[in-house]
Amino acid sequence: MPKVTSIQKFSIHDGDGIRTTVFFKGCPLSCLWCHNPETQDYGQELMFDMEKCLGCKSCIDSCPNGAISFKDNKAYTDREKCNACGSCVDHCIYNLRNISGKEYDVETLIKEVMKDKDFYEESGGGVTLSGGEVMTMDMDFIEELLTRLFELGISITIDTCGYTEYSNFERILPYVNTFLYDIKVIDNEMHKQYVGRDNTLILENLNKLSSDGARIYIRIPVIKEVNGSEEGMEKIIEYLLDNNIKPAQINLLPYHSMGSNRYDKLAREYKGINLTRPSDEEMKEFVKMFQVKGFQNTKIGG
Amino acid sequence: MKTIEQLGMNERIKKLRKQSVGIEPSISIERAELVTEAYKKYQGKVSITELRALTFKHILENKELVINEGELIVGERGPSPQATPTYPEICCHTLEDFEQLDKRERTFYRVSEEANQVQKDTIIPFWKDRTINDIIMKEMPAKWNDCFDAGIFTEFMLQRAPGHVIVDGKIFKKGMLDFKNDIKQRLEEIDYLNDFEANQKKEQLKAMDICCDAIIIYANRYAAYARKLADQTLDEGWKKDLLQIAADCDNVPANAPTTFRQALQMYWFIHVGIITELNPWDACTLGRPDIHLYPFYKNDVEKGMLDRDGAKELLESFWIKFNNQPAPTKVGVTLKESATYTDFCNMNIGGINPDGSDGSNEISYLMLEVLDDLELVQPSMSVLTSYKNPDKLLVEAARVIRGGTGLPSIFNNECAIESLIRQGKSVQDAREGGVSGCAEPSAFGKEADIETGYFNLIKVFEVTMHNGVDPSTGKQIGPKTGDPREFANMEDLMDAYEKQIKYFVDVKIEGNNIIEQIYARYMPAPFTSITFDDCIKRAKDYNDGGPRYNTRYIMIVGLGSLIDSLSSLNKHIFEDKNMDMDYMLEILNNDFEGYEKERNMFLTKTPKYGNDDDDADVFIDKIFNIVHDAIDSRPTVCGGHHRAMYIPTTCHIYFGEVSGAIPDGRKAGMPLSEGISPVQGADTNGPTAIVKSAAKLNQASTSGTLLNQKFSPKLLENENGLEMLTKLVRVYFKSNGFHMQFNVVTGDELRAAKENPEEYNNLIVRIAGYSDYFNNLTDIMKDEIIARREQETF
Repeated sequence: MPKVTSIQKFSIHDGDGIRTTVFFKGCPLSCLWCHNPETQDYGQELMFDMEKCLGCKSCIDSCPNGAISFKDNKAYTDREKCNACGSCVDHCIYNLRNISGKEYDVETLIKEVMKDKDFYEESGGGVTLSGGEVMTMDMDFIEELLTRLFELGISITIDTCGYTEYSNFERILPYVNTFLYDIKVIDNEMHKQYVGRDNTLILENLNKLSSDGARIYIRIPVIKEVNGSEEGMEKIIEYLLDNNIKPAQINLLPYHSMGSNRYDKLAREYKGINLTRPSDEEMKEFVKMFQVKGFQNTKIGG
Repeated sequence: MKTIEQLGMNERIKKLRKQSVGIEPSISIERAELVTEAYKKYQGKVSITELRALTFKHILENKELVINEGELIVGERGPSPQATPTYPEICCHTLEDFEQLDKRERTFYRVSEEANQVQKDTIIPFWKDRTINDIIMKEMPAKWNDCFDAGIFTEFMLQRAPGHVIVDGKIFKKGMLDFKNDIKQRLEEIDYLNDFEANQKKEQLKAMDICCDAIIIYANRYAAYARKLADQTLDEGWKKDLLQIAADCDNVPANAPTTFRQALQMYWFIHVGIITELNPWDACTLGRPDIHLYPFYKNDVEKGMLDRDGAKELLESFWIKFNNQPAPTKVGVTLKESATYTDFCNMNIGGINPDGSDGSNEISYLMLEVLDDLELVQPSMSVLTSYKNPDKLLVEAARVIRGGTGLPSIFNNECAIESLIRQGKSVQDAREGGVSGCAEPSAFGKEADIETGYFNLIKVFEVTMHNGVDPSTGKQIGPKTGDPREFANMEDLMDAYEKQIKYFVDVKIEGNNIIEQIYARYMPAPFTSITFDDCIKRAKDYNDGGPRYNTRYIMIVGLGSLIDSLSSLNKHIFEDKNMDMDYMLEILNNDFEGYEKERNMFLTKTPKYGNDDDDADVFIDKIFNIVHDAIDSRPTVCGGHHRAMYIPTTCHIYFGEVSGAIPDGRKAGMPLSEGISPVQGADTNGPTAIVKSAAKLNQASTSGTLLNQKFSPKLLENENGLEMLTKLVRVYFKSNGFHMQFNVVTGDELRAAKENPEEYNNLIVRIAGYSDYFNNLTDIMKDEIIARREQETF
């Protein structure tokens, strides 16, 4: 069963209107700047806010694998020994520990997202499936979820990096209102360097989705070192024009480092530390570049 | 937070605003002296009602006049802006009170040597032991005092008079001469043979007639004074303004206003009259300015006498008059329950007309601009939102909210109307009403809706958990409803709680009945009565059931804290059986010292209100029913009804101070939840979940609720964010939610403001049903606001 890291209500930047976004756990890519690192691994993981630990030692004996020790008056979890069983979570009296990745059956997930249906109706919103990469989850599960939501009249948005078999898209196409489709960088070598994968499949799938008539919002995380230059933007524009892709909207998302403390909680190193955000002026220039080439509906932010 | 330069005002208004916010509030002893003179002269020779009228007249004939240079609307309560009179007939301050008022760090009022001397030589000797406060304290039964001292409830009428004076449209159609005519006719109708209250009615009508004269005299004095100043000034522009002021004061309030400007001046004379006659809670408010002022605006514009900018300048000058009048002085518990200079004047815009059509108009939008331009804490503003209003009204309101002052707050007009009709008001009267004070639905100009005091749900819970004993004193203050260790299930607990609530509400109402009689007998308000239907028709006073509708509120505090505490007991004792009641009491009695693990479980592993989680929300209805059955529709002395409402002002801080640890994880002494908002920080599922939880409360059957939300400015930075905020509000209102208001400020900014107060003099935040300067808050209140969950951008 797919695992979910969080269900975010009142999402107003993940598609139209007020939405509930379900973040699935697991992603084939490993973008250097990823601000949801807990959604990269497909399994459950311990998140521990060690920085806030006061060294009370309430958790010391709670780990059946003996992964917890104390250094400099702070708890330390040996990740080699930790199997994310969650025994320590209730023992932390400051609530600094939790297990990321919860399994939901379709029924429970539907019940949860349907709670906000009045907001979807009022605002033209709906449910967004995001991640991680939803298109790499158990597609029987995803298809069933989407069919059911579709029957309930919920408008569905899929937030995807596109790195999956195209047949997966074909299975869900009839139920999806909008795809939020990420493009990072056109240069394949750079793509491999920053994202960890070849972009051929991603771009092919975008072409296919587009020619199959899907409603697409192109989302571009803009990072100076990766694509945040005139040249970087130019290449994306060229690609869209050459392949006759006509997105309903283009969102330029300026890089932010807000997720970096989540790496600490996972005891992982944040490798995007040296990446930089383009200035507001540069962002405005990039928007103009898209607009003069016919992509009028280009915006900063989602 | 905008800098002063960023606020949009012309030079005249900038100057007036600077004066209004630049002067330190002070005590003016003038009124106390005049009242004492009048009492010495008339007391015992005339009826009490007439005495009150003659006192009012004596003040208006003699009080110092002031015209602040540049202002377009005239009249101040004191001899200068921010000078605040005292009301010794209600509550006579001791010299120690004066010293405390002068010296205290916040909500201070500077006391001059002269004021101190007069208080000592003249005021105290005359009023000692004969104020309303003295009479009340003498009459209250011992059990009432026990409850008051324990912090079960507060009492509003100890230092201030009954209030919520909201003026409707009649003062724009009738002048005081017309009211005098109505009074004369009514006097002629008195049947001295068969009506055994005939003489009393005559006295009341006579008193109202004297008050009509008094306010006309006051306006005439202003006209003469303006002309005198006009003669003296060399500034041609100011001379012209002064002559216009004089001309306006010649006509109003004697006659109905004929222009937009006169309409504002008319209201302002009534306002000054009402807050001079007595110190009613929530001062006075022009209830529905847009629907009442629009016809004047339209007429003036059509005649070419006024343009939009001119109207805006007049409105801004008018607005500043409110800010010139800080709330009357409060001390002791009265200060704690309402620790602010704000006096809760609450303009309502938007909503529907009495005929049911869309009530928003150009004045509604102008007023939103005024609010945004001036950034003052007074007056407050509420947008009545109807499905008949265009979305534009709500979007423009959201734009002002984004500015971060917590204003305006947003109300559901349909829910207010439903609530008023349920209470027996006519459809027409309900539609012409709105919300008064913080969040109280009211039939403007026809209803005395009087707040009687706050009621502490958590203290009653604590007493229930100790079998009727207040654990902080060991005193048996409630009935014995059983040792909670012997409760078999939640039903047993709820039964005990219900019995305690009933008992304490009874004690409160007993007190209310006594106090109501005291005010009716000793402190009539004949001037206020003129502006309320049907006081002339009934020949009865505002404080004696004269208004068409009479309501007495008990304000419920601590709903969220109570829901979470019950949810915690339910889960940990009765469902999961993590502990027994004995252990729970041990934890609470030790204020969690040594029980940190259990406290964490209560805080983080317990269903909480505000998350759309039925495991917690199931208790909303149970509590609502207990409170509703105990209070709603209970008769009052003057023929009205008691109602429950859910607003805190600052009383959640005071009630928190007197309440011990509770099973939601809150430690002793910490603030309670406010209004119907979730416990600060307990909501972790975002604003839609809060809305859904709050909508489970049967709000149309309350008499007002208050829901605070805190948004990060980033969430509202673009048009989409503003629009989504309005959608959130619309869904809440469709589910019959009553009210929502917003702080749009980051936690970092609030923390910085607490660290460096001098850099944040302009920072205004939403507290409960009002906004206040952040720097005017105590540290514990600052922390409470910081602790509220901030809805961030995703």
